[in-house]
Amino acid sequence: MIEQITVFLENSEGRLAAMCRTLADAGVNMSALSIADTADFGVVRIIADNPRKAVEALTGNDYRAAITNVAAIAVPNEPGGLARLLETLDSLKLNIEYGYCFSLQGDAAVDVLKFRSADAASEAADTLEEAGFRLLSQEDLA
Amino acid sequence: MSRKQDILTLPHDELEAKQLQGVKETIVACYENVPFYKQLFDEAGFDPYKVESLADLKDAPFTTKQDLRDNYPYKLFAVPMSEVKEIHMSSGTMGVATVGGYTQKDLETWGECFARGIIYANGDQNDIVHVCYGYGLFTGGLGAHYGGLWMDSTVIPMSAGNTERQIKVLKEMGSTILCCTPSYAMHIADTALEMGLDPAKDFHLRAGIHGAEPFSDNFRADLEKKLNYKVLDVYGLTETMGPGVAIECWEQDGLHLAEDHFYAEIIDPETGEVLPDGEWGELVLTTVDREASPVVRYRTRDITRIIPGQCACGRTHRRIDRLHGRTDDMLIIRGVNVFPSQIEDVMKTVPELSSWYQVELSTVDHLDRVTLKVELEPDYQFDEIAAIERLQKDVESKLKSALSVGLKVKIVEPKSIPRSEGKAKRVVDLREGVK
Ligand SMILES: [Zn+2]
Repeated sequence: MIEQITVFLENSEGRLAAMCRTLADAGVNMSALSIADTADFGVVRIIADNPRKAVEALTGNDYRAAITNVAAIAVPNEPGGLARLLETLDSLKLNIEYGYCFSLQGDAAVDVLKFRSADAASEAADTLEEAGFRLLSQEDLA
Repeated sequence: MSRKQDILTLPHDELEAKQLQGVKETIVACYENVPFYKQLFDEAGFDPYKVESLADLKDAPFTTKQDLRDNYPYKLFAVPMSEVKEIHMSSGTMGVATVGGYTQKDLETWGECFARGIIYANGDQNDIVHVCYGYGLFTGGLGAHYGGLWMDSTVIPMSAGNTERQIKVLKEMGSTILCCTPSYAMHIADTALEMGLDPAKDFHLRAGIHGAEPFSDNFRADLEKKLNYKVLDVYGLTETMGPGVAIECWEQDGLHLAEDHFYAEIIDPETGEVLPDGEWGELVLTTVDREASPVVRYRTRDITRIIPGQCACGRTHRRIDRLHGRTDDMLIIRGVNVFPSQIEDVMKTVPELSSWYQVELSTVDHLDRVTLKVELEPDYQFDEIAAIERLQKDVESKLKSALSVGLKVKIVEPKSIPRSEGKAKRVVDLREGVK
């Protein structure tokens, strides 16, 4: 499991840029940023090298930010890699809240998944490792 | 003792007959003795001699605080100055003070009204009534004092201030009933705790009669726990007498109006129309037997309602609900009256919401649009977007059923509701044509 930074943002102009500036000023290096939004607000999810420091910097500047534990799985660099990963998860019938992909250090893709419960997350982790997938830890992102 | 309680269980139709008699005498006395009322009634085409029922009073014009100010200091007195035994005044921090005069009989009535708080607290002549409302022009101190005397209780006239001395007296002199503002009661409790005392054990209080300020249910529960007593809310205003117009009984289920001395109406503050029991609106009071400073249809600007039905205590005097703010705070949204306190009541039932909110009124396509901006509780897990949307919808439907008007709920970022002096500006009106 890795730590994701979740930020609640109002949909207003310049708000996202201001948040990124806050993180940059704190010396936080982002690997991924994904946004889910509605007409009124957005939830920004960030993978970065130092999540604790990032949350501290954001809350110190009156942002609503928190740590969320998510699974990060390295997707094999081969045809059908992602398909096989998703099929393996499908067979478990676990409740996944959301997921997104990003690429780390140029070549390997990483799939981030948020499971509804910690139990579901650890069950998925076991199954994925048995199936030969590699789960990333916080150190892999530093 | 029984003479003091009979009136409280008088059948309501007999009470109404008394009220009608008193109201008729009041409006005639006002018309004949006070030039202001003569002019007011004449201009409104209201004939005080033609009132046949309490309902007829709805044709009488209202009076306001401004009328009282305009007639400063003595122009509204309905008796010669030689019969006025005492004067009280509102603070007048916002302008000219309002003045109330009391004849000997008015003072007795006041004592009787406040004494009902002691009766409601199941008290009697054996109680020791500790009064730390301020004595002076403010009606709190002497109102409670006269109540204690009327009840033949023992009164300790402490007045406000010198908290350590209050605590010493509460501990050593056996005070059983505490009369002061709720915030001062809390200050006494907290100071006693800081001094290393346990006021729940070291004091001997049974009841507190607290008013002059609004206080929440949580505040009351906290106070009751700290002082190990029961808190009764008391309502009153200098313009119509002082504390004692209405007081909670032991049931803590609304404040019994002193209906033998006051006739109450609840009106729509916008239209002036009298509202049926149960509906929220502005409390309007007419004195039934006040001699020196009678008032006719005085608009209190306090928001409450008449609680329908009879109180479990068996007393017949109707009850008003605990105050729901002032008319000055009222919003009119698509023709519906909405009080910020009603919004707060809904928000309190949703633990995910913080108490920081702001109502924003705007005009969209010539229609009022109302947005409730609210900050989340710091512990709320906001990771899932669908959950936040569910929360918004949930609050919207709760508001709709409580207010009968639709509000859009918008969750906003922390500290985006502007704070000033620890209080948020509750309403921002951006509507066209509204100042
Ligand atoms: Zn009662």
